[in-house]
Amino acid sequence: MVVLCLAAACGGGTEDDEPARPSVPVANPVDPATAGSITGTVTFAGVPPKPQPIKTATDPRCTSPVTTEDIVVGTGMALQNVFVYVKDGLGNLVFPVPQTPVVLSQEGCTYKPHVLGIQVGQTLDILSGDDTLHNIHAIPERNGEFNLAQQAKGSRNTHIFNTSEVMVPFKCDVHKWMTAYVGVVEHPFFAVTGQDGTFTLKGLPPGTYTVEAVHEKLGRQTHSVTLTAKGTQDIAFAYKT
Amino acid sequence: MLHLFALLVAASTAVLIFAGGMVTSTGSGLAVPDWPNTYGWFMWTFPIEHWVGGIFYEHTHRLIASIVGFLIVVLAAWLWWSEPRAWVRRLGYVAVAAVVTQGLLGGLTVIFYLPDAISIAHASLAQIVFCLTITMAVATSPGWKRAYGEGLAPDDRTLQRTALATTALVYTQILIGATMRHTEAGLAIPDFPWAFGHVIPPHWDARIAIHFAHRVGALVVCVVTLATAGHVLYHHARRRPLSRAALLLLALVAVQVTLGALTVLSGRQHIINSLHVVTGASVLATSLVLTLRAHRVRFAMDAGVSSTVSTSSGGNATRPSSFTPRETRARA
Repeated sequence: MVVLCLAAACGGGTEDDEPARPSVPVANPVDPATAGSITGTVTFAGVPPKPQPIKTATDPRCTSPVTTEDIVVGTGMALQNVFVYVKDGLGNLVFPVPQTPVVLSQEGCTYKPHVLGIQVGQTLDILSGDDTLHNIHAIPERNGEFNLAQQAKGSRNTHIFNTSEVMVPFKCDVHKWMTAYVGVVEHPFFAVTGQDGTFTLKGLPPGTYTVEAVHEKLGRQTHSVTLTAKGTQDIAFAYKT
Repeated sequence: MLHLFALLVAASTAVLIFAGGMVTSTGSGLAVPDWPNTYGWFMWTFPIEHWVGGIFYEHTHRLIASIVGFLIVVLAAWLWWSEPRAWVRRLGYVAVAAVVTQGLLGGLTVIFYLPDAISIAHASLAQIVFCLTITMAVATSPGWKRAYGEGLAPDDRTLQRTALATTALVYTQILIGATMRHTEAGLAIPDFPWAFGHVIPPHWDARIAIHFAHRVGALVVCVVTLATAGHVLYHHARRRPLSRAALLLLALVAVQVTLGALTVLSGRQHIINSLHVVTGASVLATSLVLTLRAHRVRFAMDAGVSSTVSTSSGGNATRPSSFTPRETRARA
């Protein structure tokens, strides 16, 4: 309702037109009564590579088996670790920043999760569950680079990103195989595909959106989606090697 | 004794350059996020059980650098105390200033996440520090002090110019190599000896240009090295201080070109890559030694700097003069 009222206030719109976006940022702009969803799947076409074991002997404290995570394909050729988000179409809408932090954990000398999403301004909690030293080295292009030391199991660092950026690579320079990717966006409409390759972007106001899927190795794909009030649109991304 | 110590300092500097090469080759430059501490520990108390993965390369590089820095300070102090030649004493002071600056650059490049400019400056100054230690080792050598006796070359201007040009070109080539290394251009041209299957790369970007410049530089260094060594072997074959340096220079350049090729063909295997770095430094050092020896006749004031004098204990010892430089200055 708020969106419709604002659209009417801006003038020029009709019932058949896409609701106009307010020129002034508005907090909490989504009317639950009209919100819809975009769902979909991400698949891999071709012969999926088998996860390769990684030698972790350079650190005797890294005893858990570690395998490559750059392309992970599940049953039904579902592609895991794909960051899917609304790239365009939300105009100037401003969304509240969740108070709950997003957790990036280091367990068994790997990052968990390997790919994650976070909102601008939201706290990223970086934890270590390993009894060894880690450095957390983020290499963004638009946000500031940082490199933090974690000395022991139970160490915790926090970070807040100031600018949207998809994706921000993370790495540990102590353990070369440790990499993670963080998608930083200004709204809550993002997801990371799991083992089944599916994603859901809930609570979107009606409108036309560009939805982008980002994979660390296979690149980016986009879909244009028009969502009606309370509608659900299903889209599919298919990656090839 | 002083000469042996100067040789030790020069050798330890070469080890440090190899250790630095290992840091870059393994991508471990930021494995220790803090500086001058190591994960909050004072560098020398950092527990050895934590010397793992990338930390091993970065931390050992810092430790070796500290040792080399200390050795250079000791060498400079020793020169200040016992060396009568002002220019050699000054070399010691310059070396101390250079190694301190080098340490600061090493710290700054960690703090600022390895910016190309600081990292390249760090790599380039390392070669200057190495050259200073080599020069001090040469200047304190018995051969230099007795002007190499019969082995001394005449005032051969052609040799002096070509040797100096060779040293300058080798250093320039090392600068290009450092730029290539720190801008991740080491595999910008993935094949060897061709470039994308051609003599000249069929397409260009900044990294390909830097990489190709390093290959062209290698060719130039080979040509000038052959010219300089050829001149020495043709005109001064019997002057062993020159001919041995020339032959060593040829051998090192051959090894260096081979290591360069292997670096590309192995996909920058880190040990091969680091050997390429330290062999490059050795080429520079050998060229510098040849240059210094070719210019020895122009250091007239160094003639007979060492003489055997009688000590108060009645034994014989080699000392520059009856008085230490400090004593000489005090008398003046």
